Amino acid sequence: MSQTPRTLVGGAPSATYVLRFDGRELTAQAGQSIAAVLWGAGILAWRTTRERGAPRGAFCGIGSCYDCLVTVNGRPNQRACLVPARPGDTVTTQEGTGHAELGV
Amino acid sequence: MPSSASDPATPGPAPDLAVVGAGPAGLAAAVNAAGLGLRVVLLDAGERPGGQYYRHPAPGLGADRPEALHHGWSAFAEREAALRAHRAAGRITYLPAHHVWTVVPDGPAWTLHAVAGPDEAAATLHARAVLLATGSYERQLPFPGWTLPGVVGAGGAQAMLKSGLVLPGRRVVVAGSGPLLLAVAGSLAAAGARVPAVVEAAAYGGYAGHVPALLRNPGKLAEAATYGSALLHRHIRLLTRHAVTEAHGADRVEAVTVARLDRDWRPVPGTARRIPCDALAVGHGLVPQLELATGLGCATRRSADGTAALALDAGQRTSVPGIWSAGETGGIGGAQLALLEGEIAAHAIAGRPVPAALARRRARLRAFADAMGAAHRPGTGWTEWLRDDTDACRCEEVPAGRIREAVADLGARDARTVKLLTRAGMGWCQGRMCGPAVAALAGEDPAPDRRPLSCPVPLRHLAELPPADG
Ligand SMILES: Cc1cc2nc3c(=O)[nH]c(=O)nc-3n(C[C@H](O)[C@H](O)[C@H](O)COP(=O)(O)OP(=O)(O)OC[C@H]3O[C@@H](n4cnc5c(N)ncnc54)[C@H](O)[C@@H]3O)c2cc1C
Ligand code: FES
Repeated sequence: MSQTPRTLVGGAPSATYVLRFDGRELTAQAGQSIAAVLWGAGILAWRTTRERGAPRGAFCGIGSCYDCLVTVNGRPNQRACLVPARPGDTVTTQEGTGHAELGV
Repeated sequence: MPSSASDPATPGPAPDLAVVGAGPAGLAAAVNAAGLGLRVVLLDAGERPGGQYYRHPAPGLGADRPEALHHGWSAFAEREAALRAHRAAGRITYLPAHHVWTVVPDGPAWTLHAVAGPDEAAATLHARAVLLATGSYERQLPFPGWTLPGVVGAGGAQAMLKSGLVLPGRRVVVAGSGPLLLAVAGSLAAAGARVPAVVEAAAYGGYAGHVPALLRNPGKLAEAATYGSALLHRHIRLLTRHAVTEAHGADRVEAVTVARLDRDWRPVPGTARRIPCDALAVGHGLVPQLELATGLGCATRRSADGTAALALDAGQRTSVPGIWSAGETGGIGGAQLALLEGEIAAHAIAGRPVPAALARRRARLRAFADAMGAAHRPGTGWTEWLRDDTDACRCEEVPAGRIREAVADLGARDARTVKLLTRAGMGWCQGRMCGPAVAALAGEDPAPDRRPLSCPVPLRHLAELPPADG
């Protein structure tokens, strides 16, 4: 690939840091969402559905579909496309839990 | 009523105007209203102003040229500078990361309830007038394989690229319907993806009946020509009157089937072929996001593209006095129109006459949007892409066959009954993704968004609400 998103917009991140995803170490650029970090590492699925255990990841990219739910630092049901990645985050695949503790 | 510490708008008198949404419409409204002397609170679910169109990398991501992914960046930069100046002068309180989940009448004023920040704190605000500028989300029409990882929204791919500088794959087919596809294909290719094809379900001949609207919008034609020539330049094929009718792969997309469509969007037998790819960016236009407005009882109308939008008067008033709206909540029409309507609303809310030039420009852009909407409105035959085992509802994993059964055998005549019988639309997204499909299978036009809450709300916030006074 000659062109990349980075070469298109130029510049460099103010920092890069490591987060852990299911035991793997991934590099995040400051300011990326967790979904962006995962896409950047070629990972498109980080959740399995409640009924059939089917793999899912980011779909709508803007916080409306809830397909990208993930557990961040032990907190389940976070929308990976919205949550900024922070240094040292531990992200784990989420097995589709229901609506626990939320009114939808 | 208790207000959280994250609520700098209190104490003090209630502001004149609360604007919900800091996209082009809300941002333009807020800065113009402040310029006309109103005290404004601007709330947005996102971390940065700009909405879906001017979505851009966080400062930490260090992009020197964020404008490389945008048309008309200067229009945003100007408003953002104005926002900063008004904040510094105390005329605008800007509350990012505030997701408003309900607006309720409160005597002569309004109370807004929001979920704030990563800790999901409760925030409560009051204002004398409310402008809803909550924009839109993508319209998705399901097909076999659309739940595979690697199938992403077309606007979603664009959003992830603009805000996170990432791509879903290296070879990305772009499919669906609407002018957004050309913009998405152009950005993905500029950012280094190979785009084997743009697959558009409508025939551009659909514009033929709307030549006057097109001719009155030379700027829009020039924009389309720019997108078109960018595709040519990159050797991207544009297939019109075609659709992706299936995505293939085990754990992620490996190829898609593309078929020719007849006038009603029914796949023509014998025309299917495969295109290898590792991602598919798909969307069939946009749907106005109306739940706060419908919750307040604002009247809606049917737009040319088949979606429900708010019915608004010349001053951007909804049918509920004191509630205004601007941008895509009033019908899908693009960022330019959203900016303009925000400005018009600001005049009207401040009690000033709306400048005639603004009203004329709005009429012209709305006519153009209607022409586009009519050209790209889904034909009824698209439901033939659905096999009985295709999930129509992604959240609750309800296959199309079960919805067809509810309609054919159990007598469901509308999406609401289908929902009760099958759970389609009862999951996390509250029907945002499956709504158009379920309505089509139930044989009706999609209904306006009706959700009690516009986002999931921690139960403790609901528990803390004072009882309604009636
Ligand atoms: C995913 C996506 C991608 C798009 N990409 C493009 C593109 O590349 N090119 C193009 O020309 N057009 C694109 N569009 C269309 C474009 O977004 C619109 O034309 C334009 O942004 C409309 O402006 P708006 O102000 O009406 O709404 P928006 O820009 O959508 O702004 C609405 C704002 O309201 C906020 N909001 C919504 N609900 C709430 C709530 N309850 N509480 C608080 N805040 C809320 C949102 O966070 C958002 O910031 C895209 C649309 C979508 C949905
Ligand atoms: S991708 Fe849809 S909510 Fe995150």
